[in-house]
Amino acid sequence: MARRLAGFLVLLLVVSICEAAFLFQPISDSHRSAALELFTPDHGSFKSLEETYEALRTFQILGTEKKPDLTATACRSISETVGSSSSTAKDLFYALKANSITECKIDKKASKGIISRLNAAVSGASSLLDFYYSVGGLVLIKDQSSEADVHLADAEGVFRSVKAFSQSDGRWRYSSNNPESSAFAAGIALETLAGIVSLASSEIDQSLISTLKNDILKLFDSIEKYDDGALYFDDKLVDGHEYQGPVSTTSSVLRGLTAFAAVTAENLNLPGDKMLGLAKFFLGIGVPGDAKDFFNQIDSLAYSLKVGVSTVLGSEVPSLTVKLVGAFSSGSKDASLVESEELNFDKTSGLHILNDLPKSIDVGSYTFVFEVVLHESNHEEVYFTGSQTKVPISVTGLIKIENSEIAVLDSDLGSIESQKKLDLAGKNAISLSANHLQKLRLSFQLTTPRGRSFKPHQAFLKLRHESKVEHIFVVGNSGKQFEIVLNFLGLVEKFFYLSGKYDMELTVGDAAMENSLLVAIGHIELDLPEAPEKAPRPPPQPVDPYSRYGPKAEITHIFRAPEKRPPQELSLAFLGLTILPLLGFLIGLLRLGVNLKNFPPKPVPATFAVLFHVGIGAVLLLYVFFWVKLDLFQTLKLLGFLGVFLVFVGHRILSHLAAASAKLKSA
Amino acid sequence: MGRTSSTKEDAGALFHSLRSAYAATPVNLKIIDLYVGFAIFTALIQVVYMAMVGSFPFNSFLSGVLSCVGTAVLAVCLRIQVNKENKEFKDLPPERAFADFVLCNLVLHLVIMNFLG
Repeated sequence: MARRLAGFLVLLLVVSICEAAFLFQPISDSHRSAALELFTPDHGSFKSLEETYEALRTFQILGTEKKPDLTATACRSISETVGSSSSTAKDLFYALKANSITECKIDKKASKGIISRLNAAVSGASSLLDFYYSVGGLVLIKDQSSEADVHLADAEGVFRSVKAFSQSDGRWRYSSNNPESSAFAAGIALETLAGIVSLASSEIDQSLISTLKNDILKLFDSIEKYDDGALYFDDKLVDGHEYQGPVSTTSSVLRGLTAFAAVTAENLNLPGDKMLGLAKFFLGIGVPGDAKDFFNQIDSLAYSLKVGVSTVLGSEVPSLTVKLVGAFSSGSKDASLVESEELNFDKTSGLHILNDLPKSIDVGSYTFVFEVVLHESNHEEVYFTGSQTKVPISVTGLIKIENSEIAVLDSDLGSIESQKKLDLAGKNAISLSANHLQKLRLSFQLTTPRGRSFKPHQAFLKLRHESKVEHIFVVGNSGKQFEIVLNFLGLVEKFFYLSGKYDMELTVGDAAMENSLLVAIGHIELDLPEAPEKAPRPPPQPVDPYSRYGPKAEITHIFRAPEKRPPQELSLAFLGLTILPLLGFLIGLLRLGVNLKNFPPKPVPATFAVLFHVGIGAVLLLYVFFWVKLDLFQTLKLLGFLGVFLVFVGHRILSHLAAASAKLKSA
Repeated sequence: MGRTSSTKEDAGALFHSLRSAYAATPVNLKIIDLYVGFAIFTALIQVVYMAMVGSFPFNSFLSGVLSCVGTAVLAVCLRIQVNKENKEFKDLPPERAFADFVLCNLVLHLVIMNFLG
């Protein structure tokens, strides 16, 4: 089916039909903005040339317009690396890779030096990565400077020594003394071998290449699969040191395959569905958060599979026809509703458009099956199309609601007691009343725009009693006519004998119905008989689950009500009264003829006497402060000092007085 | 009737003798008596106030009344010690008794202030 791998192109359909637009964009603007975020250079440059290359390559593929101006700084570090004699094969390799994008000038002398150094590295290489970097570097030099005569002297010998790393299961080892094999290494090895083949001055032995092809097929046997059909390569997690993750591994294998397929003229018969699976894998991972994974994703999509390129990134799609093969109504698996029909191609927008919906398609959901048919048969060798593509499509429309009316009927006669028209598109405030011997009838008609009957997913009538007890009835239909008759006699028990006002609510809804409705019709006053003793009680209304996690009722603290205070005048009057005894005391003192004659006349005892009284006054003042604002400890501290002072002066004055009175007595 | 008038006379004679006897008490004891009367009256006024408006800030009421009653009791103690007729305290100088009185009052009022609220 696919003769050359390099040109694999998986065409993904971009279909737009009428209102139901279904646009699939594998590489979107989100990738571009993510790229700008992930590849942000620190202080104008990246940490390594490897990162620089990844950033440049990603921006190149995505065609990011706002890409940071990296070229200048990249060129500087490239020329530094190339010019320096101490740079390793790895540095040179990435420098040359970055240079393939930036296209800086490398002077001839330096490139000559590089060639000889890389050649020496090839002959001295012992591990797979050594070969990879040195051979890759040589290939890049060859591509970049057409004049340079680059070739490997002993291409076949190098090829064999690289081939020695291969394992029987198609995986490869990194070096001969490392027994672990991996698919990541396989990709690297394939890329290296492709480089060797392109560098070889003479033809490589065909048997070597054919054994290599067998290895590739074996490698594909170990491919892993997701449920959605996406395929990927992954290595077993051995020690974490060389483990790269599925994105890197798959990307590496694809790069290797592409490079290898490009240099060999032979057919590589790889099944197309495997390629499709790999494409799905890269598209399915979305926008990776890691720069490395991001680079691998973008690089694989653009470079190896060219999925996005054809549809989104702007390159030309070969002439082809998109055919609508069939449309099936969802739910019924019967024959296709439409015959195959070609879609018109609109050159300016690049979209295939189905101009008119087939007559048989009406409101509802359908599955449309599309097929991509290439016009020129030689394209079939290059491109691989994703077989038939199924697109679920919902055709929506306005449903006409007619003849809606509500009526209360007499049960035995069936005669209409009261009947009212409803306008279900607008507001209604119907007010009805009925007893348990009557019936309620609600009816309406639904027709699609093409005049057919329409059965919505939901058609319910809801009755809600004042006490929040709800009853839901399904409105049945016969053709276009929807009708429900509620016989209250039979429903009395179901209604828990609850008389009173019931609010009515009608629901008509469907995904394809643009005017789905949920309208309050009005209310009906029901007069039901008294409940017998054994009648079932209405169930307790379910507690709103949100209320359990919602805020609790606020706790209001109940403080003790303040005691009733006496009127202020009374209190003030009593304050005056308490002063009266003091006045009486003072008057009494005057009446008694109290005097201060005993006050010591000499200055020293007089001072002590004054200090004694001042001290007592100070202590009493301290008590007042204690009452007003100080606490007990502050008070006691101050009282300690005052007390010592008071004891001292008190002792002096009182002993003086005692001595004086004793002297008086003895005299 | 005669009995009543004689009772009146007796009472008058009793009061008279009491007053004459009290007039003989030293002035310093009279001062203390006056002080005790002042304290007791103050306490009484507070009790009347409490009876009228209720005992809501009960600790304040207690503080006020006990302050008065306490200082009155201390004054009585002082009076006992100062009175020269009391042989028991003959050797105790009145200055010492007064110092005790001051100290006890200060302690009492510290407690009262703490309890006042």
